[in-house]
Amino acid sequence: MKTAVLHQTHVSLAQPTRQAMTPQATTEPVAVRWALTGLALFFLGVFLLVPLLAVFTQALAKGLSVYWTALSEPTAWSAIKLTLLVALISVPLNLVFGVSAAWAIAKFDFRGKNLLLTLIDLPFSVSPVIAGLIYVLLFGMPGWFGPWLAEHDVKIIFAVPGIVLATTFVTFPFVARELIPLMQAQGSEEEEAALVLGASGWQTFWRVTLPNVKWGLLYGVILSNARAMGEFGAVSVVSGHIRGLTNTIPLHVEILYNEYNFTAAFAAASLLALLALVTLVLKTLVEGHLQPSH
Amino acid sequence: MLQAAGLLLKRPSVLPGFGLTLGYTLVYLALVVLLPLSAAFLKTFALSWEQFWHTVTEPRVLASYRLSFGAALAAAAVNAVFGLLVAWVLVRYRFPGKRVVDALVDLPFALPTAVAGISLSAVYAKNGWIGGLLAPLGIKVAYTPLGVFVALTFIGLPFVIRTVQPVLEDLEMELEEAAASLGATRRQTFMQVILPALSPALLTGFALAFARAVGEYGSVIFIAGNIPLVSEITPLLIITKLEQYDTAGATAIAVSMLGVSFALLLLINLWQWWSRRRYGMTE
Repeated sequence: MKTAVLHQTHVSLAQPTRQAMTPQATTEPVAVRWALTGLALFFLGVFLLVPLLAVFTQALAKGLSVYWTALSEPTAWSAIKLTLLVALISVPLNLVFGVSAAWAIAKFDFRGKNLLLTLIDLPFSVSPVIAGLIYVLLFGMPGWFGPWLAEHDVKIIFAVPGIVLATTFVTFPFVARELIPLMQAQGSEEEEAALVLGASGWQTFWRVTLPNVKWGLLYGVILSNARAMGEFGAVSVVSGHIRGLTNTIPLHVEILYNEYNFTAAFAAASLLALLALVTLVLKTLVEGHLQPSH
Repeated sequence: MLQAAGLLLKRPSVLPGFGLTLGYTLVYLALVVLLPLSAAFLKTFALSWEQFWHTVTEPRVLASYRLSFGAALAAAAVNAVFGLLVAWVLVRYRFPGKRVVDALVDLPFALPTAVAGISLSAVYAKNGWIGGLLAPLGIKVAYTPLGVFVALTFIGLPFVIRTVQPVLEDLEMELEEAAASLGATRRQTFMQVILPALSPALLTGFALAFARAVGEYGSVIFIAGNIPLVSEITPLLIITKLEQYDTAGATAIAVSMLGVSFALLLLINLWQWWSRRRYGMTE
């Protein structure tokens, strides 16, 4: 996606590297450079930094003890546990799918590959609200299987399985999206060599392919975990907002906020903001291990 | 299974596992994505065409389309301009804290939308950090359509930067040197050499930001105020219909939105395919 390695042609603000050879031919005057940098940083500051700082400021506005009380409430705890549980189910599901899809798509040539790639991307272009709605249409009371499920006393909508399904849908493409280009770029020479030397298919996968793609895999898992824990729209439709039962942290935030309990809402939100910061740090570290061209 | 797999293959391979992995991929894709999505489409057949058309063209629904698509378009346009600027500054200039700034660009991808929503409404409210500065000027952001635009700008911010950045990094300096040595001013070089090379990536980023913004829900509903006909977005209307047990109505609006989203996805893919061919770029 991006490279952390500084490119050779980077030009320093203070000292354009090529100024001696071609004065100002391939860079801008110092004043313009400062102005552009300032404007870019101002834009990012207003749109990114200010909202991020606001979360923590609001959460701690009434002091640490109020903050801790808000987080140690039983409903907050059950929201945290449910969020972890949902991520723990949906991320591995999509991880196995991502590896499987990447193997089929990157290692083989077959008809309809582009169509398959487009279909894998589909959940990214569907509104989260619609992602929730489609499961209501399948498993909810007015849905296809609704009456049958009710008869057999199986709850999917307004229960944990619905939340897991909706989360799996919105995080569906992440791992596959990371692995497919990576495995395509690596080709299959190493796997072919392993097979010729007598390794079985599974041995080749575990000892050759997996070590080669582990950073890409981790990258996909980090992104998909962040989305799984933070998903709001899709989960909001299928959850039913039952306190202590079907509330994830983002839904808990919404309920507290709508009750004008701002400090508690921002306290719960600060957990998710911390998760976001950890995600960004891990992502940056993993990017250092991926190819600069990635 | 293996024979069926063999028929699908365009080129034989010594690697094993094609049938297994493709089979699993297709079954999982069908179960999680395709069947649920087609259920939504099939559900609309319960409505007659007149009912469907009546639902999706109600004044309140039309107003929500205008807001959702209009604000998404405006936000994507702002992100195209500032995204290009940020990508340029990150690739070409050096300044202290650059790596932190670069990592922070992905915040809207990592920060849950509900958190972004309540935080932006606190910041842009009348007594908020930025809202307080704008209020004396008579500008109200929170609980107006302008608030929707601010939230969608936040959500779409990384797309243009992350699509333009790698292309700008790979851009050969020789082109600019050649342009300069042929007598082009810096402005001419930028407009006639650099910008055309960046435009496919810029357009892709714009389209991605737009597509994301159209369907966005979490970050918008807190700051929008959700006043019918004024600041109500289409995804919220779907939820409202669902809460009123009007499943058919919710589905009709959802399907009309899905249609637009799929058309956009197709357009983005065609766009990428076209620009890759035109510029001879590979994956």
